[in-house]
This record gives sequence, C-alpha cells and structure tokens, in this order.
Amino acid sequence: MLVQEFLANSARRLPDKTALVCGNRRLTYGELDAMADRLANALAGLGLGRGDRVVLQLHNSVEAVVGIFATLKAGGVFVPINPTTKNDKLTYILNNCRARVLLLDAALRDSDRDALLTAAPALKAIVDCRKPAPGPSGNGLLSFEGIQAEFPPTPRPAINIDLDLACLIYTSGSTGEPKGVMCDHSNVDFAASSIISYLENVEDDVVINVLPLAFDYGLYQLLMTFKFGGTLVLERSFMYPAQILDRIQSERVTGFPGVPTVFSVLLQMDLGAFDLSGLRYLTNTAAALPPSHISQLRASFPGVTLYSMYGLTETKRTLYLPPAQLDRRPGSVGIAIPGTEVWVEAEDGRRAEPGEVGELVVRGRHVMRGYWEAPEATGLRFRPGPIPGERLCHTGDLFRMDAEGFLYFVGRKDDIIKSRGEKVAPKEVENVLHMLPGVSAAVVGVPDPVMGQAVKAFIVVNGPALTEAQVIAHCRAHLEDFMVPKIIEFRDALPTTESGKIQKRGLV
Amino acid sequence: MTMTNDPDGYAARIRDYVARNLLFSDKGFNYGDDASFLEEGIIDSMGIIELVSFVEGEFGVSVADRELVPDNFDSVTKLDAYLRAKLSSPD
Repeated sequence: MLVQEFLANSARRLPDKTALVCGNRRLTYGELDAMADRLANALAGLGLGRGDRVVLQLHNSVEAVVGIFATLKAGGVFVPINPTTKNDKLTYILNNCRARVLLLDAALRDSDRDALLTAAPALKAIVDCRKPAPGPSGNGLLSFEGIQAEFPPTPRPAINIDLDLACLIYTSGSTGEPKGVMCDHSNVDFAASSIISYLENVEDDVVINVLPLAFDYGLYQLLMTFKFGGTLVLERSFMYPAQILDRIQSERVTGFPGVPTVFSVLLQMDLGAFDLSGLRYLTNTAAALPPSHISQLRASFPGVTLYSMYGLTETKRTLYLPPAQLDRRPGSVGIAIPGTEVWVEAEDGRRAEPGEVGELVVRGRHVMRGYWEAPEATGLRFRPGPIPGERLCHTGDLFRMDAEGFLYFVGRKDDIIKSRGEKVAPKEVENVLHMLPGVSAAVVGVPDPVMGQAVKAFIVVNGPALTEAQVIAHCRAHLEDFMVPKIIEFRDALPTTESGKIQKRGLV
Repeated sequence: MTMTNDPDGYAARIRDYVARNLLFSDKGFNYGDDASFLEEGIIDSMGIIELVSFVEGEFGVSVADRELVPDNFDSVTKLDAYLRAKLSSPD
C-alpha cells in the first residue's frame, strides 16, 4: 500500500468522520483529502516529479498534515524537520536532499527568502503556511491559503509504487552531519501495520499527539491513525499539561503516546481533577521509564494499558513489551514487534547467550533503505542478511537478553547521546562550540533519571572570557533545542590520548 | 515594541528572568510584552517548568495545575496580569 492511501482510503470509506482535531479546527477525512489533493496539484504545477523532495519545517498543524499527504499524492518524498532547526542546518538539509519545495510557517523576511533560494539552488518554491496568509505570492513564494483557493481537489493518479521513497527522516550521525534515513512506502506501511496490531487499534480510537511530527514517534501517530481510520487530536506541544488533560477528557481520547519527560510531568499533577476514563493505553519510547515511574503511572491510570517500547529511526519501532509482562520485567523493552526478528550479536558475530551484552540486530520489512547518498554510513548500519538482497540493521545499541528472550537496553556502542528521546551527536554540538574563539570542547551524555541522558559540555577557553550564559546563548542560536547542553563545566584542560585526541572517558 | 504599564515591577522581573535564564541573553528581553512565548519559540516545554518554579519562588504563589494555561503564562503581559490577580486576592 502507498502511504498516501492511508488518507485516501479512509476518506473514501469514512468521508464525514472527524479525522483531525487541531486547536479549534476539526476536519473530516473528506475535507483533509481534498486539501491534500489541492496542494498536490499545486506541487505538481511547480514541477515536483516522482521522487522529488519537499522539506516541511512546520509546527504540528493542519498544514503539516496536508503537506505530508500532498507531497506523497504528487509522487514526492516528504522530509519533516524540527521547526526549531536553525538556518545553517536547514540549508545543509535542503542541499543534501536537493529539495524542490520548502513548506514553512515561520516569518520569513524577503531578504531571508532570497538568501535561502540562493543558498539552496535546487529549491524552486517556498510555501508560506501561516494563517492568515501574510501577503501576496511571487518571487518563488506561495501561500498555503492561496493554493487552497486556487487549485482543484482533483485526485492525481498514483505515479509511484511501494518501493519508491515516501520520506527522509534526518537523524544525527556520529560524524556530526545529519543523515536522511530513506523510508520507502512498503517500510512505512509495514511498520505502521505491525504497531497497529500490537496496540490493537480500532476505528474508534482517538489518539492525542503532543510530539513533533518531525520526530518519527510523532509522525507515526498521524500515519497510523489515518491508516486505521481513527481520530487524531494534534497538539502543538506538551507545554501546558492541564490543557492536554482537558483535551483528553473532552475528546474522549483513548491513546496517549508520551516520552519520559511527559510522564514525569503528569505524575506531579493532580490527575483526579480530570475525567480520563476514556483512556485505553499509554505508550512510552525514546528512553526507558524509571521503574518507579512505571509503578506510579499504573497507580495513577488504573485500567489503562502501558506499553514500554524501543526503536530507532532506521527501523522505526523495533521492540515492545507485551503489557502483561510489565509487572515481571519493568526494566525490559520487550521483544521484536510482530512480523520481525531481533537478536543480540556478540563481538565475534555469533548470537549472544542470555545475559551477555552485544549489539542489537534487526531483521524485517521495517529495516529502512539506508541513508540518503551516504553509502559508507549505510554500509556500517545496514548490512547484508542471510538471504541475498536483504538488509539487516545493526543498531549500534547494546542490549542483553534474559533467559526468556526479553531485551534490556544497556547503552550505545558509539558516543551518540540519547536525550529526551532524540539522538544528539557530540560532534555536532562540539562543532558549534568550536565556532567560539579560543574554545575547545568535549560533549558527553551524562545519566539523567528522566531524560535518559543529559547533554554536558566540558569547555576550555583560551580566548576571550566566556560565561555559561554566553555559551548557552551561542548554542541556542545554532542548534535545535534538544541539542543545547544542559550542563556546562569549564576546565583548565581536557584529558588527551597519546595521539593528542581528547579522551572523553577521563571526563566523567 | 509594547511595554506593559508596570506599577508593581512584576513585568520587569519576568522580562529579566526570561532573558537571563531562558533566552540566556545578557542583552535583555528583545520581544514585545505581548509576544507569545510559544509562537515565538521563547520558551519550550522544559522552559515552562522552569518558569513556573521561578514564579512560585519569586512571588510566593502556588500555581495550580488548572492555572498553568496559555491565558496566564504565554506572554509577559499575561503573566503580569495573572500575578497581579493572584497577589491581590486573599487566598
């Protein structure tokens, strides 16, 4: 199945059903499908062809949902990126994937637009998704609202097959340059179906999503809900938790996906003030929940099923713990998702014994197609499987398995930090710190009970004096929010190896 | 840039805190008092928790779950109005 059919099929079957609740807007499957068709026609008119990339730098919004499906309907590949992505990285990604169209909802000055179109020569048009439309179109700039008024909702015939790419999801790599994980339609369809099967989703499910659509965990809430014909309540963020709980109450939400920071905030609230009786399940991934939070969540949400899960962008979801196992093994993230296989591989390549630590290896149709135009990095992570032509994913994550086959996360094989569920490459943060005159820096992850790991920077200043606030302000100007160091420690020197490389092990 | 009429000095303290601790700026708060913290990306979901701790510690109020809503917290003006209402009414 093609991913755009998740929407088109539900629109044919349930045209008048509420598909999306976002802010004060409620849209049916029929309305959304027509909006996506209008934008798809506009994208095709801009020359977007089969396999061409469209970058979406959008907050969670109706426009983001329409943008995703419209890109697919036009035969293109959508590339969702964090709305807090700074200009340098945006330009890098636009050029790396040679995006033809950019959708964004941030204010863009004329000079910025011209600079962007010059810096990213493949870019033919920018679609301004702000409401109301800020001004007239022209000079490579179109407005989402104008497109909706001008273009017909005529469905376009599909021009791709399920081996074509549906999306690129950029993720941090140890080299410091973000890499686009290539997901074809069959990968996305398989992963979505597998997750839907173990969550036992049905058409009556109402899922609330507070996670960014640029984060695959957030994105799949949309894709899965539209696939099974449910209703998605899309929230901009989890900043105002009481508002989210009010929404859960008023929309009779049944499914609430979260990450450890979300659940830790919930546990500090008086949940008795809200009617949460519609809830059927909670899911957690990105970082393991501390066992104390698991027991508190179960006490605070009686009768609600809690799923502990694990995944990485390269395979979408990888493991889930069947809820019946939660009491026996609260620290486990479970077993392979339905229809897939995983094992722990020892350093010598054999399958590890129970209790032995090794790298998690994944086999299944959810193993994505590799990294966009990065054959070397692809070769390391995606390796040949036992059957000619197949790919295994060597996750880079260290795990151990208990005697009954349940898996436990141990740590990373490389130095990638997993903070707030997102991967942070120390190199990417160090590169930004090294832009400061006279600074040498080493960035590491330090244990954090809620975030999994927190980003910590050790800094040596051999130039103009710097305060912690200045360092953080600099990082905020160049990095996405989740990459900005939480802890800064100034040192006189950093430990080095004999060859002069910074030795991080001596730091923490 | 709009500035709130600030007889109690609350708005100035809010601006100063947000600039120093959430924007990490030593050049002050470079937004209007009506600028939405969420829309302008001034505060993220971690920042709001810090802002609530600041409000509780600095002004000696207790923020109820139901009060932590954009109408009270999403700009300098809104937070100033919330604090004035909160501090003028006996609990």
